[in-house]
Amino acid sequence: MATLNYLNNGHGLASWLLTKDHKRIALLYLVSITAFFFLGGMFAFMIRLELLTPAGDVMTAENYNKMFTMHGVVMVFFFLIPSIPAVLGNFLIPIMIGAKDLAFPRINLLSWYIYVLGGIFTLVAALSGGVDTGWTFYTPYSTAAANSHVILAALGVFITGFSSILTGLNFIVTIHRMRAPGMTWFRMPLFVWSHYATSLIFILGTPVIAITVLLVAAERVLHFGIFDPALGGDPVLFQHLFWFYSHPAVYIMILPAMGVVSEIVQAFARKNIFGYSFVAFSSLAIAIIGFLVWGHHIFVAGQSVYAGMIFSIISFIVAIPSAIKVFNWTATIYRGSVSLEAPMLYAFGFIGLFTIGGLTGLFLAAMGLDIHVHDTYFIVAHFHYIMVGGAIMGYLGGMHYWWPKISGKMYPEAWAKFAALLVFVGFNLTFFPQFLVGYLGMPRRYHMYPPEFQVFNVLSTAGATVLAVGYLLPMIYFTYSIFKGEPAPANPWGAMGLEWEIASPPPTENFAVTPIVTHGTHQYAPNKEVGVV
Amino acid sequence: MSDSYSEAPTAGGMPGRVAIQPPGNPHDGHSHPHHPKLQHHFDDMAQQAEASTLGMWVFLVTEIMFFGGLFMAYLLYRWANPMGFQEASSHLNVWLGAFNTAVLIFSSLTMAMAVRAAQTSAPAKSQVMWLVGTMILGAVFLGVKVVEYADKFKHHTVPGPNFVWEGQYPAAAEIFYSIYFCMTGLHALHMIIGIGIMLWITWMAARRQFDSSYYTPVEVAGLYWHFVDIVWIFLFPLLYLIGRHYGGH
Repeated sequence: MATLNYLNNGHGLASWLLTKDHKRIALLYLVSITAFFFLGGMFAFMIRLELLTPAGDVMTAENYNKMFTMHGVVMVFFFLIPSIPAVLGNFLIPIMIGAKDLAFPRINLLSWYIYVLGGIFTLVAALSGGVDTGWTFYTPYSTAAANSHVILAALGVFITGFSSILTGLNFIVTIHRMRAPGMTWFRMPLFVWSHYATSLIFILGTPVIAITVLLVAAERVLHFGIFDPALGGDPVLFQHLFWFYSHPAVYIMILPAMGVVSEIVQAFARKNIFGYSFVAFSSLAIAIIGFLVWGHHIFVAGQSVYAGMIFSIISFIVAIPSAIKVFNWTATIYRGSVSLEAPMLYAFGFIGLFTIGGLTGLFLAAMGLDIHVHDTYFIVAHFHYIMVGGAIMGYLGGMHYWWPKISGKMYPEAWAKFAALLVFVGFNLTFFPQFLVGYLGMPRRYHMYPPEFQVFNVLSTAGATVLAVGYLLPMIYFTYSIFKGEPAPANPWGAMGLEWEIASPPPTENFAVTPIVTHGTHQYAPNKEVGVV
Repeated sequence: MSDSYSEAPTAGGMPGRVAIQPPGNPHDGHSHPHHPKLQHHFDDMAQQAEASTLGMWVFLVTEIMFFGGLFMAYLLYRWANPMGFQEASSHLNVWLGAFNTAVLIFSSLTMAMAVRAAQTSAPAKSQVMWLVGTMILGAVFLGVKVVEYADKFKHHTVPGPNFVWEGQYPAAAEIFYSIYFCMTGLHALHMIIGIGIMLWITWMAARRQFDSSYYTPVEVAGLYWHFVDIVWIFLFPLLYLIGRHYGGH
């Protein structure tokens, strides 16, 4: 019998479904978000299949509307938002700050059950005919016109929101109150900083989407008139409330990925992060400024042009802390002892794709240009560069980086490098043509398009096929490694951080005795050689 | 290029980075007996209590944002339909609203007394008395709310297909009553949940679980109760009072 760790300490279904161990809850999340990822991927596959030819020949326009709606709802609310925080954050935050668990283990388990309940609502909505409003649930279509299962899907989003809120609440309290002696704020890993910023958005933004979709449900079920133009209600109010959460939600997806990349870049350049406090504070700056930019989604929806100008300026400003991170990562890599294991390949992919996604975001923050590309494939390409090229690259990079810690096994490095390459190539082949076709004027959310756009769409569908293989491979070799992988040492990468000081996989209590921290966990070199903050 | 970092350790376990503490250190948790309520992942009772209260404060922040969406809708529509909102508002019974406001403020006092009773290790009987008092006042509030709601069903001022309005601004009135039912309904739901929490706390208090060494559940439930009270303190003037002096009915 191997030494006792969190994986073999207790067997049987009940020991997992009733666990209060943050590491086991992280794995519950891992299994469920992976299922939703492949469900959302199947909807994406249907979309790409339909768009292979200009004619609408695979499905009707109505069914196509349901496909992109379900793709958006599943991917945004059930995969991207919980992905890194609920899996890697849950697993790592207590260990990284030297705690035995999150502050509220029972609430942590409860948040997973709430997530599953919300997921069931959404699955029922999908199986009983789907929703066709778009993931944005815009009124008055969603309240007055749509005949699909809006209420089920909206309640699914409402319920899942509470899972996010509870996760964010748990992280904030844990980071404030559970740090080991000597683990000061400026010794914390940047991964923890980025999750602190993410948690702020969870607790401040999520309740607003909760009340908003609840009002949509009240309007559909009880015929209340909050957004109903017939009564003088304002559908644009819905858009304001919706984007007040849903724009910061993009930062919920990208900030944890930035935290992952900060860790990976240090570990594989064998260098201290360049400008630790700038990277740490830029996370907070993104979280705070990110709450003030939602109006750039409403430039053409009848918002006052003066409001639009202010939102435009703030949207440019929020690019600054993001750029600080990109510059600091590249400065960290500069003259580092770089080695190109799979996590680092994903980190490189993240930096490049996030830069493209971020810069095209500036196109959209400019009011004049936004009017030209609004509701075209340019937008679709832009946010996929952030949410797929950024967030999922970060998630996969983090999964590879910490997989030896989580599973206690090494994954096959050669296959992982190959998969990382496939993901990068497949991603660009899928989405770069969409920038071009969007700029040429192809609108989003139609199942037919003029024949001159076909070449771009064929490229896109081909890329999506490559991407799908790139996503399937890690699932296969991770599963393979659980049974056949080499046992992982405590610190396979020679990395810094408390998580690498304990066994792989960690014991249930994480630390036999509470550690006393005497250095920043990011310090790869002694202080005198660091020179910068 | 890595030469410049040749002194830096390349493998984990940088010497001296994590000191394993000697036995008998206050953090190993064995130098004094465990409080029976101390959960395994906390070092001491103070840390556990601080975590719980901070957790409730963070939760109340989310509650502010949750109601905030409704307050935003209220502000926008009041600004767009000032006359309609006055007309609709003046059909509410201001005396019932004022009575309920007094009831809730008084319930916050009994709640505060319950927390104090637990903090000062008062006998279980007096802890239970204050908690039961709080629950009774909460129930009185909900009872008055039922009377008010029944009146609106009777006069068809519930938004929806059966909404009837004799005044000048039927559309604005329907929006007003949509917001009224959403706000007061969600507030009443919070009251019901609050009474549920109080039942649980009362049961624990009756079993002599709380004294000066452990009273966090009472304190945390109190924070929640006061918050729900404060929401009503905002709802009452916004829904019942503003604009009445312009006339109306």
